[in-house]
Amino acid sequence: MGLLSDPNRRRALIGLLTRLNAPICVVCYMAGVAWFMGLAFEPFTLRTYMSENAMGSTMVEERFPAGERALATGREFAAHKKKTGGMPVDWLVKTMQSRGLEVFTQRFSRRLPFPDEDKERYMVKGTNVYGILRAPRAPRTEALVLSAPCTAGDHNNQAVGLLLGLAQYFRNQVYWAKDIIFLVNEHDLIGMQAWLEGYHHTNTTGMDWSPLQGRGGSIQAALSLELSSDVVTSLDLVLEGLNGQLPNLDLANLFYAFCQKIGVLCTTQGKLQRNDWDSVSGYSHAVQTMMLMAMKQASGRPWGDHGLFLRYHIEAATIKGINSFRQYKTDATTVGRLLEGMYRKLNNLLERLHQSYFFYLMSSLSHFVSIGYYMPAFGLLGVILLLRALDLWVQLASPPPRTEDGVVDAEQVSSPGVLSVLTPLVISHLTGAALYTLPIHFQEMAVEHFPVSETEAVVLTAIAVYTAGLALPHNTNRLLTGQGTEQGWKVLKLVAVLYLAVLLGCTALINFSLGFILALTLVPVAAFVTPNVPKVLSAFVLVVLSPACTLLFSVFFFQELQEMPVSFLDGWMLYLSVISQGILDHALYGSLVYPLVALLVYPCWLLFWNILFWK
Amino acid sequence: MAAHRCSRSALLLVLCSLCLFSIAESQETTPAGDHRATGVDNPQSVTGSTEQMAEQPTVVEEEEEEEEDRRWEATRDEVETENTSAPDTSAPTFEVHSSVPKPKDDFQEELVIRPLHSGDIYASFQFRTLWETDFTTGNKVSHYRLFPKSLGQVISKFSVRELHISFTQGYWRTMQWGQPFLPSPPGAELWVWFQDSVTDVDETWKELTNVLSGIFCASLNFIDSTNTVQPSASFKPLGIGNVTDHRFLRYATLPREIVCTENLTPWKKLLPCGSKAGLAVLLKSEKLFHSSFHSQAVHIRPVCKDWQCKTKSWELRQTLNVVFDLHTPGQGKQEWSLFKMFSRTLTEACPLASSSKIYVDITDDPQGEQFEVSPATHLLSQAMVLGDRRTFSLYDLTQQITFGTVRSLNLHIRWKSSEGDMLRPLLHAERYVAGYGLQTGEIHTLMYNNHPYRGFPVLLMDSVPWYLRLYIHTLTVTSKGKDNKPSYIHYQPSKDRVRPHLLEMLVQLPPNSVTEVTVQFERALLKWTEYTPDPNHGFYVGSSVISSLVPSIVAMDTNSTREQPLFSSFFPCKEESSYFMRVYTEPLLVNLPTPDFSMPYNVICLTCTVVAVGYGSLYNLLTRSFQIEEPSPGLAKRLANIIRRMRGVPPL
Repeated sequence: MGLLSDPNRRRALIGLLTRLNAPICVVCYMAGVAWFMGLAFEPFTLRTYMSENAMGSTMVEERFPAGERALATGREFAAHKKKTGGMPVDWLVKTMQSRGLEVFTQRFSRRLPFPDEDKERYMVKGTNVYGILRAPRAPRTEALVLSAPCTAGDHNNQAVGLLLGLAQYFRNQVYWAKDIIFLVNEHDLIGMQAWLEGYHHTNTTGMDWSPLQGRGGSIQAALSLELSSDVVTSLDLVLEGLNGQLPNLDLANLFYAFCQKIGVLCTTQGKLQRNDWDSVSGYSHAVQTMMLMAMKQASGRPWGDHGLFLRYHIEAATIKGINSFRQYKTDATTVGRLLEGMYRKLNNLLERLHQSYFFYLMSSLSHFVSIGYYMPAFGLLGVILLLRALDLWVQLASPPPRTEDGVVDAEQVSSPGVLSVLTPLVISHLTGAALYTLPIHFQEMAVEHFPVSETEAVVLTAIAVYTAGLALPHNTNRLLTGQGTEQGWKVLKLVAVLYLAVLLGCTALINFSLGFILALTLVPVAAFVTPNVPKVLSAFVLVVLSPACTLLFSVFFFQELQEMPVSFLDGWMLYLSVISQGILDHALYGSLVYPLVALLVYPCWLLFWNILFWK
Repeated sequence: MAAHRCSRSALLLVLCSLCLFSIAESQETTPAGDHRATGVDNPQSVTGSTEQMAEQPTVVEEEEEEEEDRRWEATRDEVETENTSAPDTSAPTFEVHSSVPKPKDDFQEELVIRPLHSGDIYASFQFRTLWETDFTTGNKVSHYRLFPKSLGQVISKFSVRELHISFTQGYWRTMQWGQPFLPSPPGAELWVWFQDSVTDVDETWKELTNVLSGIFCASLNFIDSTNTVQPSASFKPLGIGNVTDHRFLRYATLPREIVCTENLTPWKKLLPCGSKAGLAVLLKSEKLFHSSFHSQAVHIRPVCKDWQCKTKSWELRQTLNVVFDLHTPGQGKQEWSLFKMFSRTLTEACPLASSSKIYVDITDDPQGEQFEVSPATHLLSQAMVLGDRRTFSLYDLTQQITFGTVRSLNLHIRWKSSEGDMLRPLLHAERYVAGYGLQTGEIHTLMYNNHPYRGFPVLLMDSVPWYLRLYIHTLTVTSKGKDNKPSYIHYQPSKDRVRPHLLEMLVQLPPNSVTEVTVQFERALLKWTEYTPDPNHGFYVGSSVISSLVPSIVAMDTNSTREQPLFSSFFPCKEESSYFMRVYTEPLLVNLPTPDFSMPYNVICLTCTVVAVGYGSLYNLLTRSFQIEEPSPGLAKRLANIIRRMRGVPPL
């Protein structure tokens, strides 16, 4: 700081920064990307370890014997499901009761803002069935949840069977200290949302549900089970929840520890862990795993039924059974034993899981990078914005007669007029607000006038508003103030760059992946845009790096990472459905990505678009 | 303390020798007298018991046993064939405040076993010691016989008028088990009425809790002003006396208290026979704590000695309630025996007890279809319990015939349980915390009135620790979607770190309805030394207490087609129309905003550095204006200047 208080040195430093601004920015950008890619390199990451003492040292025995019977129950469930053509509520109630649980049901209904074509639902009505296994001599203050979604078709019957089998086995054990809630939820996430809202008596999304009759106190942890085959080759752990929230890392550690102990293949992001970290393919495998996690986290949507628990500070994960063509198979008994072991250890918890990390990225189940390691990658990108802002500030300050100490008079800077800065700001935000509200409100009108379905109407309206926004701001600006001045765009860009820096910084704190991906595309835009660059080429680059195209690329890239590449047309269809899902996620579960992009990121990008067409 | 222990052990020694003596004598006498085992060492009690029995027709006298036997047999047949209510209802055996003659103290023990609706088994022990003495008026009571000296000294030293203490592990599942005989909240509960002669109630209360903490090996010493309240209406004295000024009442709960063997042992030591003889031999901790619910309590109160209530005597009632989980999947038939539950059988009554009985509730099965009790008994008894007329099979342990030829009693029941359906108790309640996040929340209390056509008022009492700051203006009471204005509200706001919130309300519950009481709260940020060692576990809020006079099930019975004398069935009987009931809700576990306790050092270092370096210099940069100053002259020049100044020449 002494460096700054000495005017000579300060001038020298500032001179250096402004002179070398472009090279420093380029270096920072590359360093940021390189840092991120380096996170997956195994020597740079930490091995996972169990932090929670209550779960670490306690040895438990897994004795669950009844996998076959559980599968038989699952088949019975499937038969009843087929017969009733939905959730066999009565059968479930009776079965849970006969297993000695306190059984309750919850009805819920929800009208979606527009029909969901992926899952083919619009008016959703359903029933959740849950049974509570009361722990002996426990005062109903703590509970654990095991849930299995009851999905349409032939999916997940084995999960329900195993859930009922575990319920029966757990009921006869004496060591429970927390109540265990066995939940079968209908309509996957919507049912889960209804149940959680009912349990905590909140209503964030305007759903109708009947109040719950039985509770087990504060829920400490939850697992959601998805199992669609009698045998599995591996178990996949899904962690990413709503708005990019992750459960405490100890939950992942617990799963990994038991997979190791029992000898079950376990994956995360569907990728097996490899030992050859020093080879190129091994490294790229780790990068792919980490990138998949980052992209899923950035999407802000719950990737399993567990995702909604995280809002209530309940550590939760989804365990998916995967049946591939591998030779080595694991039967339901083993999966049951794994779950039994996990629940016994969770039962031993004295406090909520809090010892380990909440902010992390995993390049495999055994390695992770914590917030302290990945934040610099974002910081290097963020610093570019600050450097550009400094450069602009100095430029704005220097040409007019500059005062001696470098402090710039406020009046001189704002000489272009507050209006010329404020107008594009207001207009672009109004465009953003239109992007946020119009698609849902105008779907009926769109359906009347165009031969499209409601879902298509919503998505196409969104894209239309988005594109229309490109035409709007600079035109109005020209209309309002005539020719833009040199000072004018510099002030506007200064505001826009700082705005973007704050916006991305806040986003990265909450959801690192989203912040980082947005920074990857928006920071170059913010750095190079001026009215003086070649218009057509720059406009093309700007559009390519806009949030919507980022999403499009992400869709293709995600498919590539999942080893399911798609053709351009399929990719386009997928892109449209991703947009509709994003809007639905916001309406149904309160995901914040859509409003964030529509209300803040898009207007911010429009400001840069505006600068490009300043003259 | 040492002296105290000495005196106690001496007393125990005497008691033990007495027991041994009596056992020896009874063994000597049994071949001759067949069934004359009671109180051989105490001829007075024999005469006493005969007198007492003369007053109570249901208790069968030994001499008339043959005849009585036949009579009960006959009535039992009658029950089986005609399905009429059991005869001789005019003589309930419960709660007879009959005169106890010459010895001024008296001990009774009893065990009630009730097969529960859910397939579990409820066993309730009650031990009652009555003593006609006066602890209060300054006279020193030093000779103790049946009454435990440790409690007697507590009563006299702290001028206690009434004392109720319970230790409970687990939550009573009203929806599955119905009502307990004696409700209690999870954890420890203590409420005491002091004599109006006590001047400094708070100080006395503090000392008392510490002494009780020692007696019961419990953490009652954690009761302090932050969890003690003075309810104005919910806890009225249960004994005689008409002082109801709640300044002399103190109530506290410790919802987190864990109850285990170390609490059971001192409790058992208070019994006259210890766990050596009588029903108390069943109280083995390895079985009692292998159950779904365990609750033990001590109630001390003054009661009337006779119906005229001229003199009062002290009643010490020790109760122990336990629910065993007999869940066996896939089997319709369930069975249990005393041995299976307690890993002991009974061989004798406590020799010091004037009565020692086992009741088995057979109300749900008058025909004997679902139950099969062995050995069969010929005695039946009826009583009004919690507004319901119940029928019990009765085993009198003071009679040798009860133990049969094997000289041990191992009750054995097989029955078909109807597991599954929930009960619909007339009144039950639940409570939970709503909302998410660590800033605010909402406490919801739901009270269910399942009576089909009668509403009744309930008293709701909530005691909430200060660190949940209740927003009392958000208090709402709604039933059936409409605002239900409480007719009486007593609210005492909390003071941080001094006293808790106390909220008492009289609410009318409409028939067949759910009444919801909600109040919002803010979670306080504690000082860092105030957190418990496990802050992420959460903080407990004790159960709410709901006290009410509930319309009885008998009065609710509108089925007038039942076969009963016509003259008895027109007006509903006033005495039976309602009964007192207390319901406890679940305790709550609330998370408070908790700092990361591994971090404070890092945080302190970081903040200090940031403040000192960053803020300081930034502030300098922003507020000062900088001027370029001439570089300071060198040493030689300065020296030269000094010399020049001395010479009076202008400096260089």
